[in-house]
Amino acid sequence: MAALSSNRQRIDWPGIVFAMLLSTAIILPLVVVGTWAFTEIWRYPAVVPQQFGLRFWNQTLSRSDVWGALTLSLQLSTVVTLLSALICLPAAYAFARLNFPGRNILFFSFLAGHAFPKFGLLIAIAAIFLQLNLIGTFWGVVLIQLVGTLMFMIWIPVAAFQGVDRRMEEAARDAGAGPLRVFWSITLPQAGPTIVAALLLSFVGTFYETEGAWLIGAPGIRTMPVLMISFINNQMVIQYGAVLSVLLWVPSFIALMFARRVIGGSAFARGFGA
Amino acid sequence: MARLEITGVSKQFDTTTAVADFTLEVDNGELVCLLGPSGSGKSTLLRMVGGFERPTAGSIRIDGEEIIHLPPEKRPTGMVFQSHALWTHMNVFKNIAFGLRLHHAPRDEIRRRVEAVLELVGLTGYASRLTHQLSGGQQQRVALARSLVLEPKILLLDEPFASLDQHLRERLREDVRDIQQRLGITTLFVTHGQDEALAMADRIVVMRDGRVEQVGPPSEVYRAPATPFVAGFIGQMNLLEGIIDTQVFACPGLAARIPIADGPATLAVRPEALGLSPAQGQGMGIIHRAVDYGSHVMIDVELPDGHRVKSMMPESDAWTAGRPVDFNVGTILAYRDNVLIYRGAQVEEQSRPAGRRAVRSNA
Repeated sequence: MAALSSNRQRIDWPGIVFAMLLSTAIILPLVVVGTWAFTEIWRYPAVVPQQFGLRFWNQTLSRSDVWGALTLSLQLSTVVTLLSALICLPAAYAFARLNFPGRNILFFSFLAGHAFPKFGLLIAIAAIFLQLNLIGTFWGVVLIQLVGTLMFMIWIPVAAFQGVDRRMEEAARDAGAGPLRVFWSITLPQAGPTIVAALLLSFVGTFYETEGAWLIGAPGIRTMPVLMISFINNQMVIQYGAVLSVLLWVPSFIALMFARRVIGGSAFARGFGA
Repeated sequence: MARLEITGVSKQFDTTTAVADFTLEVDNGELVCLLGPSGSGKSTLLRMVGGFERPTAGSIRIDGEEIIHLPPEKRPTGMVFQSHALWTHMNVFKNIAFGLRLHHAPRDEIRRRVEAVLELVGLTGYASRLTHQLSGGQQQRVALARSLVLEPKILLLDEPFASLDQHLRERLREDVRDIQQRLGITTLFVTHGQDEALAMADRIVVMRDGRVEQVGPPSEVYRAPATPFVAGFIGQMNLLEGIIDTQVFACPGLAARIPIADGPATLAVRPEALGLSPAQGQGMGIIHRAVDYGSHVMIDVELPDGHRVKSMMPESDAWTAGRPVDFNVGTILAYRDNVLIYRGAQVEEQSRPAGRRAVRSNA
């Protein structure tokens, strides 16, 4: 009994220290940026700002380029995610269920975009886009961001489709469903949560993508992250960049809430083969 | 009610022959068990009837109509899978109603038929449950209901009780047999459990390496197995290999007079046909171990050359390890060239030393 109670009271100090370090590394920068966004005066060496306020929010939100960038980022993310789903989901199903020559090489080729330094790849693509007059255009940025989503939208759905029990599909065929009906009524709902997880990663990944959007989109196309970098680099006032940073958290926060309620962590885990 | 005819069906996977020239007729309302070890081709055969595998050769007819070219959804068959294969994103009602909806049945009829089939499988009131809220046995009942609600001509059961525990398996197989007989539905049942086959089947097809070893009613397959493989696979069997010399089969510690021509032979004796009596002196064998199963005692007897045979006897204090015993052999079977050549009691029994003989017990 004594041993039992001592076990119950044992405190996992390494775990607590690790959790605190991790929380500090993640949360502290967010707290600092969040504080700056709502600060009007904060002078050294004060630990707490001297004056809080929404002045910089009003100034930032009254700028037309901010709203333009936000709208553009949402449009880009939506178009890229939809196109990616349209292209990648049938391909993922084929990879999961069909056996064709060169299947494995083709499958692994989708990792290529992430296997090498990304900037070098972007420069090479930019050179091609320059000849195709795609630099500084909406569709040029869509194309470059599609490359970034390929891995999520192929690998995760492939794992999802492979995870669907073939016997479930056979049982549906046995009950009288044709192949398309089986896909719609059985395969897709079974793989659905994991595919939604992939779509979410794709959307959020596109929303925050900076290098490609900057290299291919500049100067005509300015997404939210590009605008934020430009604010941070060019504005003397820190608050503008901080306000934009907080604004940029909104999509990922909504996505996370959605993921928690609708998908559950297991769908992400299944997508990565767990 | 339907009649299933499988004629000369073969299935080749690359270089492997899964099923070779298989022929079987299943009558109206009959329950036939395909029994065999893993890799014997029984599941492949069932999947060919269900339309999930295409035969390399042969014909499959239901009520005289060739179905080999039909996809699974067009076949008048209903399959119950080993893994239940229930759709986890649907509740029990939707699982069962899925096929009826595909056939555009009216809403009222769907509800009536689902409720009727749930009552049939003993799950009244479970319609709104999610599949993960059910036990293994209940899930298998839903899988059965899902097939039965569509009133298939042929019911295909692919090791449906394999994932269940022994107690549940026994109860469910009685229920399934009862439902099958009440509906009079022609059924092909795959199992590797010989007790399941013996308990449920009208006829048993014993398969080995894609071929039929024996087809017959359970009593015949059990009491007169056509080959040593069937003898060893169905129930427990002592198999003793030796040579018959002047109509006497002999092996260390045991000899039996059998009225068949001289030559090599395999002798098969069921544990229940191998009686024991306490020996005076050395005896024919020594008890190695006795396991009390309550209803009977299973006794391993060691022969003089070290091989062991099994004997099933009523419970008694006499069966203790190390005790010498004599054999009283009942019905014996003798095989030569993989064919049953003798079945019956021995003509004369005697104990005598024998020369070098192989003794094997698979029990």
